Amino acid sequence: MRIDDHPILGKFDNGKRVQFTFDGRIMEGFEDEPIAIALRSNGVLIHRYTTRRDEPRGVFCAIGRCTDCIMVVDGVPNVRTCVEPLKEGTVIQTQVGKGPDTSSE
Amino acid sequence: MRRCEMISIGAGPAGLAGAIEAARNGVEVVVFDENERPGGQLFKQIHKFFGSGEHRAGERGFNIGTSLLDEALKLGVEVSLNSVVLGIYEGGAMNVMVRDRIEQVKAEKILVATGASENMVPFPGWTLPGVIGAGAAQTMANIHGVRPGKRLLMVGSGNVGVVVSYQMLQAGCEVVAIIDAAPEVGGYGVHAAKVARTGVPFYLGHTIKNAHGKKWVEGATIQQVDSSWNPVEGTEKTFDVDTICVAVGLNPMTQLLKMVACKMVFVPALGGSIPAHDKNQETSVPGIYVAGDVSGIEEASSAIVEGRLAGIAASNSLGYLNDDDFHKQRETLLKSMAGLRSGPFGQKRDEGKQILLQSMKG
Repeated sequence: MRIDDHPILGKFDNGKRVQFTFDGRIMEGFEDEPIAIALRSNGVLIHRYTTRRDEPRGVFCAIGRCTDCIMVVDGVPNVRTCVEPLKEGTVIQTQVGKGPDTSSE
Repeated sequence: MRRCEMISIGAGPAGLAGAIEAARNGVEVVVFDENERPGGQLFKQIHKFFGSGEHRAGERGFNIGTSLLDEALKLGVEVSLNSVVLGIYEGGAMNVMVRDRIEQVKAEKILVATGASENMVPFPGWTLPGVIGAGAAQTMANIHGVRPGKRLLMVGSGNVGVVVSYQMLQAGCEVVAIIDAAPEVGGYGVHAAKVARTGVPFYLGHTIKNAHGKKWVEGATIQQVDSSWNPVEGTEKTFDVDTICVAVGLNPMTQLLKMVACKMVFVPALGGSIPAHDKNQETSVPGIYVAGDVSGIEEASSAIVEGRLAGIAASNSLGYLNDDDFHKQRETLLKSMAGLRSGPFGQKRDEGKQILLQSMKG
């Protein structure tokens, strides 16, 4: 899904390649690009399943406004993956409902 | 509490232009923007702007973004990113969340340039992965270099719909059709003709009936509408697509203005409920200015002119710009704005702006 050579923008300077995991699978992306972009370029479309109806959801607005693309990132649920930068070793999981309970009690 | 002379909320074309004009006159300006990158939506505008030379016609949006940002930084404007303005309170006080910390700041002049958010049209299947806003398609392809999909359907033939369709072709996607419930193309003829020449069909008087697919989008069915916008049975057409792009207008993000009780006026031609403002872009709350899409949906070029107007007005009011120079500069800017608000499209926006101006007096 990556654009190799864009007629206006030329080649994209994507920076450093990093590895991350998505539901345990090892994938590659570029450092500091939004997690959602790395997932899309690896063919991942479903980011989470809704609480009541168990419906799939993915990227919708891509600018951090709609919160449809939230996932569990490094154990933290409800992270907006369209604006959260990817790092080496980021652990990304499909979020089911509200995600794991991370309260301390 | 930190005090500054002027704060711009939003580092898009309007907020940056306002900050530049004020800083040029010696005003100390801070710009807050909730995003990781400045520029608002300018950096995804890879098409050439038109208008006249003074509006930088022929230049591509992202180049205009870069030069505005350079100019602001050169003039000593502080641009604070990852900074969400949570609220504006009495006397120009505000709470700003900078990353995960709350800061309290107070400004004598506030320029609200928060822009707009996308409208949506719900239909069966619209929550499936693969149904995206047109802005999302631009962000993915033009900023991050990733195609949103292989084959896409564009819902909406306004400027955003036709411009983004062309950009998706440039990104290497196939655009199977552009549909619009209205009987005419909504966007400028120049943009629409460019897409039409590539062979993309327009289905006017058509709405989307539903998206197909269980896990993600696998297709879309469109349907004709009659003159009262009711779907006509038996006119369905189905397309094999993996992406449905929705481009059905924008809505000003006026939450902060409503919070300080700025007078709002409903002007459909400008995108909904809009803050009343005068020739200086000042709202009904003294010291609070608006510019860009939040003060009525227009374009980046007019957002820049509005930002400049607010910038010089704030400079004058703070005592950094004498009345003579202010009036001369304002005259020039208003003349340049009149050029942008001419023609069949601009005229409607101009009429809307007149309503806002009148309601400041009444």
